[in-house]
Amino acid sequence: MSTTENASGAESSAITAGLHPSSGESVAPAPRRGVGWALLASELSVLFRRRRTIALLAALAAIPILIAVAIRLSSSTRAGRGPAFLDQITQNGLFVGVAALVVAIPLFLPLTIGVVAGDTIAGEASHGTLRYLLMAPAGRARLLLVKFAGAAAFCVAAALTVVVAGTLIGALLFPVGPVPLLSGDTVSVGEALLRFLAIAAFVAISMLGMSAIGLFFSTLTSVPVGAMATTIAFAVASQILDALPQVAWLHPWLFSHQWLGFADLLRQPISWQTFGDNAVLQAGYVVVFGALALARFLTKDVLS
Amino acid sequence: MSAPERTAPSAEPTSALAIETRGLTKRFGSQTAVAGIDLAVPRGSVFGFLGPNGSGKTTSIRMLMGLVAPSSGEAQVLGSDISTGVGDVLPRVGALVEGPAFLPFLSGAANLNRFDAADRWAPSATRRRRIADALDAVGLGAAASKKVHAYSLGMKQRLGLAGALLMPRELLVLDEPTNGLDPQGTREVRSLIRSFADGGTTVFVSSHLLAEIEQVCSHAAVLSAGALVAQGRLEELAGEARVRVVTPDAAAASTVLTQLGLAVQTTPADAAAPVATDAGPVVLASVGESGVDLDRVVDRLVGAGVRVRGFALEQPSLEDRFVALTGAGFDVDH
Repeated sequence: MSTTENASGAESSAITAGLHPSSGESVAPAPRRGVGWALLASELSVLFRRRRTIALLAALAAIPILIAVAIRLSSSTRAGRGPAFLDQITQNGLFVGVAALVVAIPLFLPLTIGVVAGDTIAGEASHGTLRYLLMAPAGRARLLLVKFAGAAAFCVAAALTVVVAGTLIGALLFPVGPVPLLSGDTVSVGEALLRFLAIAAFVAISMLGMSAIGLFFSTLTSVPVGAMATTIAFAVASQILDALPQVAWLHPWLFSHQWLGFADLLRQPISWQTFGDNAVLQAGYVVVFGALALARFLTKDVLS
Repeated sequence: MSAPERTAPSAEPTSALAIETRGLTKRFGSQTAVAGIDLAVPRGSVFGFLGPNGSGKTTSIRMLMGLVAPSSGEAQVLGSDISTGVGDVLPRVGALVEGPAFLPFLSGAANLNRFDAADRWAPSATRRRRIADALDAVGLGAAASKKVHAYSLGMKQRLGLAGALLMPRELLVLDEPTNGLDPQGTREVRSLIRSFADGGTTVFVSSHLLAEIEQVCSHAAVLSAGALVAQGRLEELAGEARVRVVTPDAAAASTVLTQLGLAVQTTPADAAAPVATDAGPVVLASVGESGVDLDRVVDRLVGAGVRVRGFALEQPSLEDRFVALTGAGFDVDH
């Protein structure tokens, strides 16, 4: 519709022509409105193409690689020393992924989750893009939902990265065979891989509560580093409390309580009890902190 | 002279107004940023929103765009109350508020794609073409795939304008649109504003640069320390033409001018006008609707025995009015 006018070369006339449909006087947009998946697609594409996200995932992938290389280079690993599953790796490379998760869960993994979840709203605010998204209009509740979905997608990606990178490097450097479980049974390589995927799902779900906390802190500030640091500090504090027997009554309510509780998935028959408990606990945190974030964000004066 | 009441909201039917506010107020703690303004922006107008830095322009715009909740008062944008229906109206509004803002690590086109994807009313089928058109319209076609952190301030400003043009709009709200632009870019923005006004779009443009406003606007409002001090058509705001007589016989001159139907200004309307010059006292009288034959004014004065040392017909500039209304000081209002 704009080709003829653009050919005139005059800047101003090209503007009018190119941007106003020549079809009619009305400049009102079509009353139809889409479901709005485009915003989620755009958010995921920006998140996972961003160099920082790629660097975070690369750092997570480096954990199993470092573990595997270190064990391969050292002559012997005495049983019972170091994190769980570490001594099993020389017998079966498939354990690298699980061992790396055990190493990553207390600090490295929450660190990356805190960065992504703390950045969700505060990052947009600090760039000033929040006001433009809201004026688009994205809708405040919808934007918050999309941001949480992005953070949740990162949780899945982070857990998968550790497990997949660990399995690959383990297969490369160590023998691979049927996997002995904690219950003493042995399962085939295929079933073991499925169980590792279930563990990745368990870990991803474990991080959802923390993501919701990060989302809430992110709505409180326009300084993303502040929201990130607070979220990570919360994760550390939760684990410290979980280690103090004096507050044992509090332990079942801490969002980090079940973080390492995926051992049940390595038993025969498989027990989904912890998986379910953890999912309920995390869902509780998502509901509470999601509601807090929503209440805060819906009424927030956007001044950035 | 032109009190805000001149174009009170009640003067025109609601449907004729693109933006209408009544007593719109925003307080931050004890500080009042916007103090009960009554704006009436007619549809199809190019409305200049003037005021010194810190006078509350951007806060007012943020309230109109639903970014900030008013402390009191009400406002309607395109007929929808901002406290309830701003989401339904915003797709029809293109806005540039407090400078452009983008994710620096994305290209210009990718940033626009993001904003457009956020708008559920924007059809995805035409997204790519609409973005290309908007970028071409602001002269950024060649830099579309460049990352925004490599953009100059002027290029970001252009990209911000492109963002406001992604969809056909009924109302464009442009906060300081020429900030950071070179003279060429400023001219392009002016012609862009004119072309949109010609197409029937209401353009609400805020600025502290009077030259911009004078050249493109049909209406203007002046904000000072959060309060609206003037509003109306541009020619009304600038004030009426007046005669300036330098004479030692000020009293006699006033009498003659009054008899001629001119309105003598006993006190100068603005601080910029000198009360007296080296040549003698000055009498100012606005011509108004008197229909007096100005060629005969000096003749009549001399005929009445008034010693005329100087005579001039002058048109007060908008800048004179602006300074008179907002104070000549350069300090940010508190």
